[in-house]
Amino acid sequence: MRKIAQALLLYPAFVAGVFAFVLDAANAQTAQDTSAPDVLVKTVTLEVVDLIAKDKEIQSGNRAKLIELIQAKVLPHFNFPAMTALAMGQSWNKATPDQKKRLTEEFRTLLVRTYASALAAYSDQKLDFRPLRAKPTDTDVTVNVRVMQAGAQPVPIDYNMEKTSSGWKVYDVMVGGVSLVANYRTEFNNAVRDAGIEGLIKNLQTKNRPAVAPAAPAGEKK
Amino acid sequence: MKGLKTIAVVLALAAVAGCAGTAERDPRDPLEPLNRAVYRFNEGLDEAVARPVATAYRDAVPEPLRTYARNFFGNIADVFIGVNNMLQGKPVDGLQDWARFVFNSFFGVFGINDVASDMGFEKHNEDFGQTLGRWGVGDGAYLVLPLLGPSTLRDGAGTAVDIYVDPLSDIISSVPLRNSAIALRMVGTRADLLDAGRLLEEAALDRYVFLRDAYLQRRRNLIYDGSPPREKREDEGEAPVNAPADQDVKGTDRK
Repeated sequence: MRKIAQALLLYPAFVAGVFAFVLDAANAQTAQDTSAPDVLVKTVTLEVVDLIAKDKEIQSGNRAKLIELIQAKVLPHFNFPAMTALAMGQSWNKATPDQKKRLTEEFRTLLVRTYASALAAYSDQKLDFRPLRAKPTDTDVTVNVRVMQAGAQPVPIDYNMEKTSSGWKVYDVMVGGVSLVANYRTEFNNAVRDAGIEGLIKNLQTKNRPAVAPAAPAGEKK
Repeated sequence: MKGLKTIAVVLALAAVAGCAGTAERDPRDPLEPLNRAVYRFNEGLDEAVARPVATAYRDAVPEPLRTYARNFFGNIADVFIGVNNMLQGKPVDGLQDWARFVFNSFFGVFGINDVASDMGFEKHNEDFGQTLGRWGVGDGAYLVLPLLGPSTLRDGAGTAVDIYVDPLSDIISSVPLRNSAIALRMVGTRADLLDAGRLLEEAALDRYVFLRDAYLQRRRNLIYDGSPPREKREDEGEAPVNAPADQDVKGTDRK
């Protein structure tokens, strides 16, 4: 019985080994311009995954430290005002500059928290960075990454990115075809309809408050 | 069969409730009050039974064994996934699904190892609801089905067919064994969604709305196998990607 169990455990490793060299050949990377959006996504993703793997405190569930890491490494590559504007839809134009600023801050906190949970759930799945399908002159591209899972369809993660004066910035993330920004639109519009923009801000604050770690004051770290 | 009956009752109820709608409601979800009630029922049941059982399963059963179980059921499912791909006019994908089934059944030891994926034959995600969608059947009203969760009129009908042709019922003739297998499959599925459930809790202001919108987006994406045609939504306006002015990241390179 033991032997059978052992054989079963070793079997996938054996099969994977046989095919590893094929994949290696396919994955051979040539040196590329790091200012390209797909290279940026790959570099940042691998760096963050690597930092988390090395960090014992994050491994044992230190959320504040994970959030700190996200703020330092990931946040600079996101365009949160654009994300908030897209999520707000037409209500965005009804907000004052001050409200826009507070909305952006609260939405950012919410997204960082969610992102932290998503990262905490990540456990060594293989990542497949797809080649970018865009012209070099494009200023609005989608970078595709796929999370490979055993026995299930890979989960595509698409980063919609725009070229800005300060480099490529993500303005929407789609997981399995679900646009994060579009998914908030109905919620935000409902909240604005029911209680106005201030109501939505209060709503977001209530949502964010219990989990705001001391290490994560909103609106700094650029 | 019982599942089918429940679905039929819900559809009938839904049709009745659909007659009374107010202007404020989301046009995709005319049955929102009924759906919210079923959603609350499902959440209560999930909290009391499904989630604890799934958590215990995840804690007690080591990952390799859970993967074997997942692969085993996934392998059986590949047969009907192939049928759906054939029905959708994608013979290459369909043949690949069946090749996966043959390969994994033999070389993967009754499907508990997904060797086909390692060889580059990726698993597909298809069901009869997607096939109907591919044939041009619209979503219909959003529906929350008891036990099964988010669905639509079209996907509910699709799910009824999926359950009817579920190969597990044909393969295993012993009723207790079959029921155990179905239960194991359900627990495994729920266990795989534990992280997603926590994410939903964290991300959503209104979980019902968040889940509904995510479901509708996801289904649309699946029907078109990951590349749905671009859709002009009236509430999207002109994408204000560069509009925000109070931060340092505003784009300045628009020509």
